[in-house]
Amino acid sequence: MGSKPKVAFFDFACCEGCQLQIANLEEDVIGLTNLVDVVEFREVLTGSAPEYDIAFIEGSITRKEDEERIKDIRERSKLLVAFGQCAVSGGINRLKNNRESLDQVKKEVYGDSYNMPHLETFPTKGVDEVVKVDFHIPGCPIDKNEFLRVVKAIALGKAPSIPNYPVCIECKLRENECLFDLNEVCLGPLARAGCGAVCPSNGVPCDACRGTVNNPNQNAMHEILEKYNYTIDEITRKINLFGVKPEVKK
Amino acid sequence: MSKNIKIDVHHITRVEGHGNIVVDIKEGNVNKIEWQVPEAPRFFEAMVIGREYHEVATITSRICGICSIGHTFASLKATEAAMGIEISDLTKNLRELLLHGETLQSHILHVCYLVVPDLLKVNSVIPLIKSHTDIILLVTRLHRLANELCEIIGGRTTHPIRARVGRFSMMPTKKELEILKKRLVESVDDLKKLAEVVKSLAGGIPDFTRETEYLSLTNDKEYAFYEGECITNDINTPLHVDGYKNMVNEFVVPQSTAKYGKFNRESFMVGALARYNNNYKQLPSLSASVAGMLGLDGVNYNPFMNNIAQVVECVFAVERSIEIIDELLQTELKTEKKEINIKAGRGVGAVEVPRGILFHEYEYDENGICTNANCVIPTNLNHNNIQLDFEKYVKENLAIGEKEMGFNLEMMVRAYDPCISCSTHFLNIKFK
Ligand code: SF4
Ligand code: SF4
Ligand code: SF4
Repeated sequence: MGSKPKVAFFDFACCEGCQLQIANLEEDVIGLTNLVDVVEFREVLTGSAPEYDIAFIEGSITRKEDEERIKDIRERSKLLVAFGQCAVSGGINRLKNNRESLDQVKKEVYGDSYNMPHLETFPTKGVDEVVKVDFHIPGCPIDKNEFLRVVKAIALGKAPSIPNYPVCIECKLRENECLFDLNEVCLGPLARAGCGAVCPSNGVPCDACRGTVNNPNQNAMHEILEKYNYTIDEITRKINLFGVKPEVKK
Repeated sequence: MSKNIKIDVHHITRVEGHGNIVVDIKEGNVNKIEWQVPEAPRFFEAMVIGREYHEVATITSRICGICSIGHTFASLKATEAAMGIEISDLTKNLRELLLHGETLQSHILHVCYLVVPDLLKVNSVIPLIKSHTDIILLVTRLHRLANELCEIIGGRTTHPIRARVGRFSMMPTKKELEILKKRLVESVDDLKKLAEVVKSLAGGIPDFTRETEYLSLTNDKEYAFYEGECITNDINTPLHVDGYKNMVNEFVVPQSTAKYGKFNRESFMVGALARYNNNYKQLPSLSASVAGMLGLDGVNYNPFMNNIAQVVECVFAVERSIEIIDELLQTELKTEKKEINIKAGRGVGAVEVPRGILFHEYEYDENGICTNANCVIPTNLNHNNIQLDFEKYVKENLAIGEKEMGFNLEMMVRAYDPCISCSTHFLNIKFK
């Protein structure tokens, strides 16, 4: 990669809250433009380029035309990064896959007009279910500082690292009272850290919006559930909120 | 003058989401003027079904990152209405404050990153970093302040964590509020400078008017954002938000994955200009004087002036936030515990978000499981009005030629501040 990689941003079905975190970097965005050359970013500038060193993808794939578009972007990009849980796993958009049928879903939203061709949709996919993804930045929304770290690492030709330990560790470091003691079910023991346990630190249980750690220590979760008298079903129900496949065994 | 105009802008840039503009004029005859919204539909109303009442706002907040706070409140209000849950004055005050934080951050982002480049006729904010460094730094300061407000009150700038059904899960400290207040007071200078800058550029705003119906919340106490009833210039008595379906009358059209709406006329407008037109007499002194300085002196029918109304609302957001913080500083800030009495019911919640009035409606069963949902998004409500503005604008301005017309139509869409990701997503001009 040259000294200043050409980067582009693309969005698919999502709330664009993750690119907002990039805008929220404020002056650091300006710093970022010293590191990389932003050649395409529809919300920010008018213009486009034929090829990219790094393509950043936000949002999930939910239509045939999206699938074609992402394949085309992949072909023109040296590296492809999925940022935000929508792109990583389908995120919140994946909830629609849990419903009985997509026709039912369309009827609930568009009523009698549900069959019009432009309303076609297929089950939500994360980007890596369609094309090869080089790096994932999890979270709904992403953590802006983590984003900055990852971009810097990639621009310097290094592999970025994302924590592979549970949110509980960050939560305990912040000396929060455990929400299980306040009769709430928290996914912290399984969830992937990196957000600074921001939800429990604000008095709200973790929903694992960053997915689960690899090989989660399920015994720990089972012990906690037993101790506080909850069933595994309560966990599996909760864990699919952000498109995470329940990896917890019964 | 060119008799043939073909404009085909695919995916308009610098608005959120995706939209297309198609204009096809041959020998001075208009074959097609169309505003298309081809964004991927997202199906939130179906996604919440089967989820528990306390998860619903977490989900619907993800309709739009920029308006996530407004969506959270419309959602919480609908759930609370369905179950008959009352909230304290403390919770209400914190919600209102948080909502003003969102209005400020969204309006600032829109006016400065999207509208100012238009008025200066450059393709993005990036060249302005070098050519107009002072303005960019000023904007960055205001934007950061708005974000900090949202973080201090909501626990996070986007997708607020602390705002829960019936309560806040955590309180700001008095110290945090005092610092916030000080910074808000200091920001008034920046806001005045911003108003001066916008005033100096206001000559670039196209001269165009089309009277339409303006729909917003209204209440007796103040320029309405968090609560109120629905009002328009075509009705005399405000209507309760419960009857929103009879006001927005959503319908599906072939050129859009977002639903359109209309009430007493062919179309209506929502957003800053609608709020301003309906409630401008309630603006406090500073916002009122900025409005006057920027040429808003009562009801205005130029949709491009929506951006000016947004600047006025930035000032209002700061003015009102300071008042609310003063009230909060007189209150004991203790995290409330709340027993929720889960029951079956149906409820509607409405708030004003940066882009206009927003409605959520849910039905719950006796276990608090959501069985039915409807979300009416302000950007959708404006699509029909944009289409009619386009038609009038193109017919009146055939003489300006393809290039300028394309530019001005894009600018008109951006003036509406469409958040197409919420309404599904938006912008592309096709001059065909
Ligand atoms: S991951 Fe969450 S915050 Fe990011 S775009 Fe998707 S819904 Fe929005
Ligand atoms: S279970 Fe949740 S609240 Fe308890 S320590 Fe883990 S992350 Fe924190
Ligand atoms: S605490 Fe859990 S839900 Fe909250 S941001 Fe972190 S991983 Fe996501």
